[in-house]
Amino acid sequence: MLSLSSQAWINLAYLAASMLFIVAFKLMTSPRTAVRGNYLGATGMAIAIIAACFEKPVLESITANGTWPLILLGIAAVIGAAIGTTMALKYPMTGMPQMVAILNGFGGAASTLVAGAELFNMNVAATSADATLAATAATNLVPWTQFAIATALTGLIGAVTFWGSLVAFAKLEELAAFKKAWTHPSRHMINLGLAITTVILIWAVCSYPNQTLLYWLLVIVGSCLGCTLTMPIGGADMPVVICLLNSYSGLAAAAAGFVIDNSVLVIAGSLVGASGLILTAIMCKAMNRSLVGVLFGGLGTTASTTTDDSIYAGKIKSVSAEEIAMVLEGASRVVIVPGYGLAVAQAQHAVRELANALEKRGTTVEYAIHPVAGRMPGHMNVLLAEADIPYEKLREMDDINPTFPETDVAIVIGANDVVNPAARTDPKCPIAGMPILDVDKARTVVVVKRSLSPGFAGIPNPLFAADNTLMYFADGKKAILDLTAALEKG
Amino acid sequence: MPHLLLPYVLANAAGPEDPASRFIRLLTVFLLAMWVGFEVIMKVPQRLHTPLTSGSNAISGITVVGALVVAGALSSRFGTLLGLLAVVLAMINVAGGFVVTHRMLAMFSPKKK
Repeated sequence: MLSLSSQAWINLAYLAASMLFIVAFKLMTSPRTAVRGNYLGATGMAIAIIAACFEKPVLESITANGTWPLILLGIAAVIGAAIGTTMALKYPMTGMPQMVAILNGFGGAASTLVAGAELFNMNVAATSADATLAATAATNLVPWTQFAIATALTGLIGAVTFWGSLVAFAKLEELAAFKKAWTHPSRHMINLGLAITTVILIWAVCSYPNQTLLYWLLVIVGSCLGCTLTMPIGGADMPVVICLLNSYSGLAAAAAGFVIDNSVLVIAGSLVGASGLILTAIMCKAMNRSLVGVLFGGLGTTASTTTDDSIYAGKIKSVSAEEIAMVLEGASRVVIVPGYGLAVAQAQHAVRELANALEKRGTTVEYAIHPVAGRMPGHMNVLLAEADIPYEKLREMDDINPTFPETDVAIVIGANDVVNPAARTDPKCPIAGMPILDVDKARTVVVVKRSLSPGFAGIPNPLFAADNTLMYFADGKKAILDLTAALEKG
Repeated sequence: MPHLLLPYVLANAAGPEDPASRFIRLLTVFLLAMWVGFEVIMKVPQRLHTPLTSGSNAISGITVVGALVVAGALSSRFGTLLGLLAVVLAMINVAGGFVVTHRMLAMFSPKKK
């Protein structure tokens, strides 16, 4: 019989955790099994955490110091778990994009600290009086070994993730200083300068792993890069950024796995890295933009020759809640198109009441969800689910687009660019070619909006001036409530 | 306490495996796991995008394993301090990620009337 050393048992536990993570990801791709997937992921994590406490360095340290190491680890873990759980339970559902962003950042920061601590300890060990110890440490501190390269990469990716996530959080929280995208032309030069410095410092850390200061310099430069790369990115591109940062946090963990030679970190980290990259690709495709374009381009706002006046002049039909209610009374099929404005106005419950009122009259109500509506992937789905809207009624773009010609009324709430027909018709506009929801093909379109101000792309929307469009200027939530009231009265 | 550093460093040393083989072994694991990740997640429905993002986010907190080992070894004061801070941050990531994903998925499941 093969006898297992304690390290083998630990590795076996890591293997079990890795398998659980893979199964968890698999189950997360189907609505019926997603909850179980999440439980399995958490179980895998628990197994890995327990196994880590039996790692040789920890056990030896317990033998030498008594229970101190375990007490310290326990306190730190409980503090972290308590903060995390509280945040997760208390944060409002509308703030999910921020929540996901900030959690990502913490993961990245943790990886950076792990690599930093390893590097520091290794250098302490190299100068130790114990010859064997010093010699083994020195083999890890040889320039351009796995240890040095992985340490440099972990520090960089982790720092970019942390600061990028903080900036994304600030933007999503709409903190005043971050409200406007930073589009100063000098940003390209600044980014270039930081990128060159980063490359030099990576080289330096790999060449001189015995100089821990170089590592922290790299972390600082990486931090600046995380900020300057995220600051120019506008609100509507946030889904891409969130996915990308998610991917980075996974890659940072995988790199940390190379530092401490641990395959569970490598496996879990690369799974997350892959899933983040796939979501990034999906988001980019939904906007018909390249990743490079999102990261460095910003949107060209002057490309279109058409002006607001030539499109809107004399063609806007502004109507009241009562008039819309009359149109809705005769409708047998209504499609609601939510956008980020719905989240801002927190109008999801009001929308649900409107749908209830319509359904009571025998009207079919469905929801058309654009893949990049909102500020994070799947944002609208979470928002509407919070208002108990059954998910069978939420239809994806490709699925619902052919049904718009048979739709009596399409109600657009707080969405703009994702329903702009110019994407189909005007090859020169900045969003040309972006797949859109074809609401303009519905018999009547009702657009609930606060004003005629353009969306994120900064271009006028010919939909608002179309013959079959009725504009209802009001705050999203109040508008829907008034509309419901008018419908129930009539 | 120099003798304390010995096990710590030995655990990190190449051991019987030469550095190049060790690197290739981990690289194999990395590439295969990336591949599995791509294959498994390629077809995820749009409405699970957010739970998938937050769930995978929680799993990226796996770095807590590294943090626990580096902090628990108590090798040096500064290293331990960094390690403990990493434990706290990674645990926020782990606990927050799983709980928030559960909260979201609970909303998706059909409600009992």
